Amino acid sequence: MKSVKLNENVAVSENGFVFNAQKGDSFSTNDTGKIIIGMLQKGHDTDEILAELLQQFNIDGPTLEKDLYDFLKTLEQLNLLSL
Amino acid sequence: MKKSVTVALSGLNVVDSPGPGISVARALKESPDFDVKIIGLAYEVMEPGIYMRNEIDKTYQVPFPSKGHEVLLERIKEIHAKESIDLIIPNFDAELMPYIKMQKKLADLGIATFLPTEEQFDARLKGNLQDFGQKYGISVPKSVAAFGVEDMLRKIDNYTQYPVMVKGKFYEAYIAHSREQAVYYYNKLAAKWGTPIILQQYVKGREYNVCALGDGKGTLIGAVPMRKTYITDTGKGWAGITIKDDDLVEMARHMIEQTQWRGGLELELIKDERENVYLIEINPRFPAWVYLTVGAGQNQPADMLKLALGYETEPRTHFEVGKMFIRYSYDMIVDLQDFAQFSSTGEL
Repeated sequence: MKSVKLNENVAVSENGFVFNAQKGDSFSTNDTGKIIIGMLQKGHDTDEILAELLQQFNIDGPTLEKDLYDFLKTLEQLNLLSL
Repeated sequence: MKKSVTVALSGLNVVDSPGPGISVARALKESPDFDVKIIGLAYEVMEPGIYMRNEIDKTYQVPFPSKGHEVLLERIKEIHAKESIDLIIPNFDAELMPYIKMQKKLADLGIATFLPTEEQFDARLKGNLQDFGQKYGISVPKSVAAFGVEDMLRKIDNYTQYPVMVKGKFYEAYIAHSREQAVYYYNKLAAKWGTPIILQQYVKGREYNVCALGDGKGTLIGAVPMRKTYITDTGKGWAGITIKDDDLVEMARHMIEQTQWRGGLELELIKDERENVYLIEINPRFPAWVYLTVGAGQNQPADMLKLALGYETEPRTHFEVGKMFIRYSYDMIVDLQDFAQFSSTGEL
């Protein structure tokens, strides 16, 4: 289990538009990204996110874990969260 | 029913590097307290604002500040006799000092201004910014004025290193990565704006701007931080978005409290990777993007109008985050007779 903290100034809209209100940056994400960011906003940890994604998608655990980590690293590089 | 007032303002050059006049005029037209008649003060016949009748009710040509403030004052007296001006808002850096010097005489005529003091204006000049930072406890990149190419090269060697910001006296700035680039930019800026040229330590980080209003007694009346989201080839912000960054608002509050700044201003700031905020420049008047403050819920020009006319106005702390401005260019069709009238009579 790893707890990650989404920047409190990050907002995501229903259509996957991500806005960092502190920096003025905006991004687009797909449905999977929306699920992940939505769960981070609600305070879920990475284990809970992995479990939810495994339930929703036909993918093996190790691949999903790697993809999730890559996505979180991207969010960190974009100043959207702290790992 | 709203009280009618007449405001004269300059900066009608809404061109690729736009003056703030039209944005200020639009903001004043939306004042909740006053019904504002806008008198444009134009220097040249091709300033687009002259022909923008929805924003500017009447325009008069005025002499360039370089002619001396007595000449300008005489022209303002002529205009005042016809229009009964309540307030003048100069929107060009280069005309602020003449207006600061004239403000007592303007007040005697019954014309209000709302300008920084001569000391405030001088203290924030690019060449004095480092002393300004030290005096008021504000982080400012090291900067020094250069009065010739040799002087500049010596100062770069002694005080800073490459890359270095090479800045014009009033406008424009370039990053020089080498001695050759520094010389090229020096000559380019000196030819356009005169000397001194300002050398400033290059700070790596993100650039932000804050549009703010001080009441002259140390109170921040409003502040809206913005990040430019589109910058033109000439370095002008063509789009921007309001952001939520308390550090930037705090910098504006600190600066206005410490200096007791009177009037509108724009702070140019850089935040480095460690979130340190550096003050890069203070523009001593509202910027061309000031209408974004209206869009975000703080009509700063309208608040300044109230203050200038002696009314109280409460400090504003709220603004909408995520409001954007996007500029566009637009071809107006102008009748030759309008152009001819302004060219020959100096009035339209």
